Parts: sequence; C-alpha cells; structure tokens
Amino acid sequence: MAKLAMVEAVTAALAYELEHDPAVVVLGEDVGVNGGVFRATNGLQQRFGKDRVLDTPLAEALIAGMSIGMAAMGMKPVAEIQFSGFIYPTVDQMINHAGRLRTRTRGRLHVPMVLRAPSGGGIHAPEHHSESNEALFAHMPGIRTVMPSSPSRAYGLLLAAIRDPDPVVFLEPTRLYRINKQEVEDNGQALPLDTCFVLREGNDVTLVSWGAMIHETMQAAAGLADQGVDCEVIDLATISPIDFETILESVGKTGRLVVIHEAPKNCGVGAEIAATVAEKAIYSLKAPIERITGYDIPMPLFKLEHDYMPSVARVTAGIRKVMEA
Amino acid sequence: MKTVASFEIKYLQYLDSDGRLTQKKLPKFAENPDELLKMYRMMSFVRVFDTKSIALQRTGQLGTYASCLGHEATHVGIGAAMRPEDAFFPMYREYGAQFWRGVKPHEVLLFWGGDERGNNFSGPAHDFAWAVPIATQCHHAAGAALAFKLRGEKRAAVSVIGDGGTSQGDFYESLNAAGAYQLPVVFVVSNNKWAISVPLAAQTACETLAQKAIAGGFEGIQVDGNDIIAVRDIMEYALHKARSGKGPTLVEALTYRLSDHTTADDATRYRDKREVEEARKQEPLIRLRKYLTDMGAWDQKKEAKLLEECSAQMDAEVKLYKDTGKPPVASMFDHMFANMPENLLAQRDAAVAEEQQHG
Repeated sequence: MAKLAMVEAVTAALAYELEHDPAVVVLGEDVGVNGGVFRATNGLQQRFGKDRVLDTPLAEALIAGMSIGMAAMGMKPVAEIQFSGFIYPTVDQMINHAGRLRTRTRGRLHVPMVLRAPSGGGIHAPEHHSESNEALFAHMPGIRTVMPSSPSRAYGLLLAAIRDPDPVVFLEPTRLYRINKQEVEDNGQALPLDTCFVLREGNDVTLVSWGAMIHETMQAAAGLADQGVDCEVIDLATISPIDFETILESVGKTGRLVVIHEAPKNCGVGAEIAATVAEKAIYSLKAPIERITGYDIPMPLFKLEHDYMPSVARVTAGIRKVMEA
Repeated sequence: MKTVASFEIKYLQYLDSDGRLTQKKLPKFAENPDELLKMYRMMSFVRVFDTKSIALQRTGQLGTYASCLGHEATHVGIGAAMRPEDAFFPMYREYGAQFWRGVKPHEVLLFWGGDERGNNFSGPAHDFAWAVPIATQCHHAAGAALAFKLRGEKRAAVSVIGDGGTSQGDFYESLNAAGAYQLPVVFVVSNNKWAISVPLAAQTACETLAQKAIAGGFEGIQVDGNDIIAVRDIMEYALHKARSGKGPTLVEALTYRLSDHTTADDATRYRDKREVEEARKQEPLIRLRKYLTDMGAWDQKKEAKLLEECSAQMDAEVKLYKDTGKPPVASMFDHMFANMPENLLAQRDAAVAEEQQHG
C-alpha cells in the first residue's frame, strides 16, 4: 500500500480505469504531456497514449459538450475543468443535455461522463480559482455531484463516478490536494455513491460537512471533545442526491444539527439539509439548526480568503451556540 | 504588406428554380430516375406532414410546432446521403432527414404533442433527439466524431443548425475543435435567412456562412439548399471525406423559411410579403417535379396518386399519435438515472399516489 496525497489518489483512480476499461478517455486543458495544472493526470498520457489522454482546445463548453457526444456513443469520458471559476460555461451543456438526455429519450441515450474540477479556496490562488460551486450542480436534475474529503475517498469515489452510467460532477478540494497523505490501496475498489460517511461517532450534536471543510469540522469536534461535547461528524461526500437516511438517523440520536460549508450560505446545500431535517425531524431537535458557511459575496482575493472560509474557531463557536441553546 | 493566406468559397447547384440543369455532368445517383423519385416522394410526404401538423396545432391537437416548409430538399438530401451507422444531431425541424433514417412521423408528433416518448424513436438508436438550445448540438456531433475517430470506426457525425445558430459560441468552439482534431463531422448550416424575426444581415457581416469554416481550418462549401441533387451530392462528398479520415466540412445550404418560425410566431410582423412570394418560386419541390416531368418520369396523374398516398399515410400516423395516451406519471422519474436515488424514489411514489388519487 502506498501513501498518497489526494491529487495522487485521483491520478491512481484515473490510471486504474484507463487500464481496465478501454472506453475510458481522459480529456481537458493541459491534461496531456503537462499532466494537468495540478498534476492530477501526471504521466497518464505517457503511459496510455494520446488516444486515451487528450489535450483539448481551450473551451470549457466544448469540453462538456464533446464529452456528452462521446458518452452517448459509448465512451466514458472523464473531463477536467482546469479551475473552479472556469466551470460556468459548462452549465448550459450539463443542465440542458447531460442531466436530461436519458430521460428525454426515455432511456435510449445516456451520458456516462465525469466532469472533474478543482474546488474551493485556501491555496492563495488568483481570482476565479477558488470558487465553491457545488450547490449550482446539486440543483441540476439528472446529475450526481460528489466531493471527496480524503485521498482514499477521492480514489474510491472517483472510481464509482467513472463507472456510474450517468453524469457525475466530481469536485476536488484543491486545499486537500497535497496535505494529509494517506495509505490508499490501489485495488480498484469503488466506494458507494449516494452515501454519507460517518467519520466520527458522537451523541451530542450532528455536524454535516464535506470537502475541505471536513478538516476544520474534525478539528472543532476534537477540540470540543476535550470540553465534554460529543460530536458526530458526517462527510456528505455525495452532495446530490443527499443520503438523508444517515443524517436523519444521526439527528434522531443527537437532537442537534450544524451544517458547515465553504460555499455561500444563500440557497447553499446546507439550506437543503436544514430544510429536510426540519421537515422530517423537527420534533427530535433540541435546538435550532445552525449553518456555518462562507458569506454571500464572491470569493475574495487571497489576502482575505481565510476570513471568508469558516475557521475552526467559527465552527467551534457555532457548535457551542447550538449546545447552549 | 503581402498576402499570407487566401481563401475561396465554392457554390454548387445542379438544378435551377425552373428545373433546368445548370451542369452537364450529374452525380451518379441523379442519373437514376428511381433515386430521384424516391427523394421526391419523401419531400412530398414531408410537405403533407407539415401541412397537417400545422392544422393539428391550429385545432388544439398539437403543441407548438416548428414548420419545415421550404427546407425539404436540404433535409431529405442530408438523410439520403447519410448511412444508418452515421450519427445525426438535428436542431428541431429536420423531419425529412429523420423520416429517411427511420423515425416515424407519429413519433415526431408525439414530441411536439408534449410526450418524451417521441424521442425514443424508431430511427438509429444512436441519433440524438432535437436540440432546442441553439447550436449546443455542434459539440455533441464533435464528441461523437471524436469517439468514432478514437475507435477507428468509419462513421461520421452530422449536425444541423440554422443561420442564427452561427452566432453562438458553441458553433465556433466545435468548428475549431473539429479542425484541430480533424474530426469526421459535417456541420450543416441551413441558411433560411431568418432567425425568428432577425434577418441574416443583422446576424453577420459575412458574405457567406460557409466561410466560417475557414476559421476552423477546413473546407466550407455553399450549396443551393433547394436543389436536392446538389445537397445530396455535397453531403455524400463531405461524408465520404469524413469517413476516409480527411476531416470536417461545413456545408451552408441556402434555402428559405417559407413558414412562420413556429406556430407560435407571426412572420407578417417583420417580413415583407413580396420577399416570401419571391422565395416561393425558388422552393424545392416545384423544380424537381418539373425536372422529373420533363424527363418523362412524372405526370399529373402520378402526382395526384402520390398526394393521395401521402395523405392516407399521414392520416394513419395521426391516428397512431392520437391513440397514444398520456404517459404514466412514473415515467417522468423512471429514466432519470440508471440507479434511482432514494429521494427521487420517494418523490416518484408521492407523484404516483397523487395520480391515482386525483387522476
């Protein structure tokens, strides 16, 4: 077993699928000889050839739209969008075609594609490189949106995304790309989609988070444990569709819910989780639901990015508020 | 300054609006009257289909419908040149091409009648459904062509957009990629002069739309889109070129939208009647009928019989359409995913219960 960083786990998953499934093709800007700007496709073109790992012209709508055409003809394109703020030109193709081709042809055509993109802030990147846009894709019917929070989950969930017969948007937190290396067995074992992961069991409060914010959430939970607050931490992992069964079961036990995400608060994924828990489990709540999120502003340039992103202190304060309510 | 590159755009026509040949040598298929008659029959059926579909809409039996009046040669010409294994990426009025490829008229009616089952049609299973968001399908055609190329298959993709579609970024992006990858794709621009109410001159300063291919680094050809011999010939050329690994082609088919944009549109608000009357003289059926008549392959009696047959065939299709009931509510959900998520399953159950309770 090798110790891998998340970006290396992504490369390992891509390599595994390229090797085992001839229908898989990796495409995107600079994914070829350069191995991607974050090196997520490092060495893949050299190993699998130019017919399996393709550099595309610099056009994101093309990358998404061409992937739809390839997927409908029986290939499994895994497309990379270079930076999170460049993903918006794909929205038309994803919502109008990728997410609805299966249903509008009543199952005749389908789109087994993956749209990979870096996500979130915290790496001192230039403007438009640090956006958190999972809620945008979560709102699109017919598309799964997935965000891993560790190297092993990046490996297993990406394998699952590539093997899934429907479109998956796979958002990779750049802040986690090179920290916290982890033993990852390159055995081709996929993790389940549409399933949360309970990362820490606890009885006092349920913390739901995903992506990079899992790390602040886990740190807050560890800090509060020393003070006698027993937090349960759930990694949402699949942002859409949400595994509410796991969340509701946990809230039924703890009676308290805090949702933590880096994306803006307004109509964020936290709102959906809070609303569903209110709908289905309001009588088991001992305190109001709390959301700790980014603000409803554009991601600031990097001098202020850590003031935008929920810190361990903010997460801790939010949990305390719920515990004291 | 010296000239570092120069380009030219060729125009092709065999049959003028009076049904006279403008070239001595015809393509091989056009030397066979049976082939021409087959295409003429399809064009005539499409005309009947169009007329009756508009009548269905006007009498509340069909939703908004996009007429193909005047485009019959372009559409049937495309269909006749393609092979079943090629893939078709239409916009939303290419009935002639679809019927040629095996799509049933009642399936098209189902689509405009508000039923997705019309897109699960009898044509080639890999053909795309209508693309209403303008020019988005150019990317799909490029992607399909890339798949064919990577797998070493001798197949081509064909997309169709209108003149308005050439203003979209998706169009330019896919042209550019098709050139860069040398993809087996044919981009057809059905230039019918109007994008709803906006005339071609307000859409572009270009003398031709075929020249847009120059920016993609490949050949663009203009063709008389009302001359089915020219359309089919140029499509056969472009498809052969694509399947032989010689890259993409842009075909600009010059035609005219004789109808409103759709049944929801009223073209008298923005279009001069005299322009339409002039265009009507150029329409594709008159010239082919005249040519076939002059060569002794057609007469009024045959024409009357054909129209009767087309009418009876359409009546049968309309009956099939009308006899297809409302789709079950569950079908809205059943094809969303191969593996339906729990949340959607719950919504499906609720919607089905609602259907059973309230009908």
